[in-house]
Amino acid sequence: MFPICFEWMWDMSHIIFMGGLWYALTIIGLGMTFCIGKAFYDTFLDKGKVDHHH
Amino acid sequence: MDSALIPRGVKRCPTWQFALWIGAAGAVLLWGVFAMLLCWFKGLNQTNMNDSYGFALWIWADLAVIALGGGAFFTGFLRYIVGKDELKNIINYAVLIGFICYSSALLILAIDIGQPLRGWFIFWHANVHSMLTEVAFCLTCYFGVLTIEYVPLILENRQIDKVPFFHRLGHNMHEIMAVFAATGAFLSFFHQGSLGGVSGVLFGRPFGYREGIFIWPWTFFLFTWSAAACGPCFTILVTKITEKITGKKLVKQNVIELLAKISGWMIGTYIIAKIIDTWYWAKVTAPAAGLSLMDFYSNNPFYGIWILVLEIVICGIIPAIILISEKGRKNPAALMAAVVLAVIGPCVNRWVMVLQVMAVPVLTFESWAMYYPSWQEVATTILPVAYGVILISFSYRYLPVFPQEQELNPEV
Repeated sequence: MFPICFEWMWDMSHIIFMGGLWYALTIIGLGMTFCIGKAFYDTFLDKGKVDHHH
Repeated sequence: MDSALIPRGVKRCPTWQFALWIGAAGAVLLWGVFAMLLCWFKGLNQTNMNDSYGFALWIWADLAVIALGGGAFFTGFLRYIVGKDELKNIINYAVLIGFICYSSALLILAIDIGQPLRGWFIFWHANVHSMLTEVAFCLTCYFGVLTIEYVPLILENRQIDKVPFFHRLGHNMHEIMAVFAATGAFLSFFHQGSLGGVSGVLFGRPFGYREGIFIWPWTFFLFTWSAAACGPCFTILVTKITEKITGKKLVKQNVIELLAKISGWMIGTYIIAKIIDTWYWAKVTAPAAGLSLMDFYSNNPFYGIWILVLEIVICGIIPAIILISEKGRKNPAALMAAVVLAVIGPCVNRWVMVLQVMAVPVLTFESWAMYYPSWQEVATTILPVAYGVILISFSYRYLPVFPQEQELNPEV
């Protein structure tokens, strides 16, 4: 999973396979960070903002 | 007692009735949990798996619920990427069903691996040449995506929604849901496919082995295709069952018909591809291994040629014809029959691709290997059903799962 694992090799299999995993995890992580961060900002730091709910 | 938690404008059964219902489902759940604990504490000797059957009832259940849970990713894809706006009225339920299916699949895997405390090995010490590693990665990530898609619905609960932070968080998640839906479609394509690829690459098992493109056997694409085709039918089926139990109309007929029509065309194209695949396998691939089609279906008590007819004709061609025709979709009985058959179809497909693969003898001195699950395996397979019933019941009672419910039940 990480280059620190003993069986890790810098070959194409590891780069594509693990690249796909980390690509997906990055999108999920960034997406959630944005949602939580924006909710935190809107709630606690920008209280005057008008809220338009879906 | 819990009226403050129930969505506005809808009616729910009395608390005692709800508690009784949950109690009944909970009893089944506890039976499954007991069997699960037996498997964990005493080991896999509680099952009837053996040297012939390293994969058994659990893996079939896993593959079946993953295929049927495919309704979540495909409906999400249609709603957020293709832009089929009408599906917003059923997407919540599709996500909930998908969440139940995938959490069930992970639970079954946790029992099946025998040593759940070492479950993380598949991530940490990943075998990058294994289809199953890809399945584990995508399954876990996609379960994360489904959780992200389910959370905004929880945040819409009347009481939770009053908390400004949660209200805004739910709103923000809705805003970028297309990104999560696209990620979910990407992950689903690969794990559904890799589950098919597992049997397709078994060159020592001629029943499952298929040719293909690069590293992907044809079963890779057929599994993804069938999940996208039949998953929405499972969503429709569960919706219809929920409507029957609650005695209410929850989703407008035009939404059901749209999903059924798309599903019908998907099943139609899938079944053509499946017939071509089966014909090529029977005429070219299997003979190249010295076998004929009937070698896979004769001289055994269970796997007759009927199972192939059941999968392709009865649970493939027939539902496709019904769902593609407008007359078929508009006839409630025909629609229900087609939906039920379309749900059985991938279950039969996964059964033969998991269990018949191992039943067929591969050496001249071998005979058909039959397998009957132990009660512990049956109980742990029913466990997710009880869990699903409970989660759906709580979600239906306390969350605004069906946006059209109030409009369709104006007397409330």
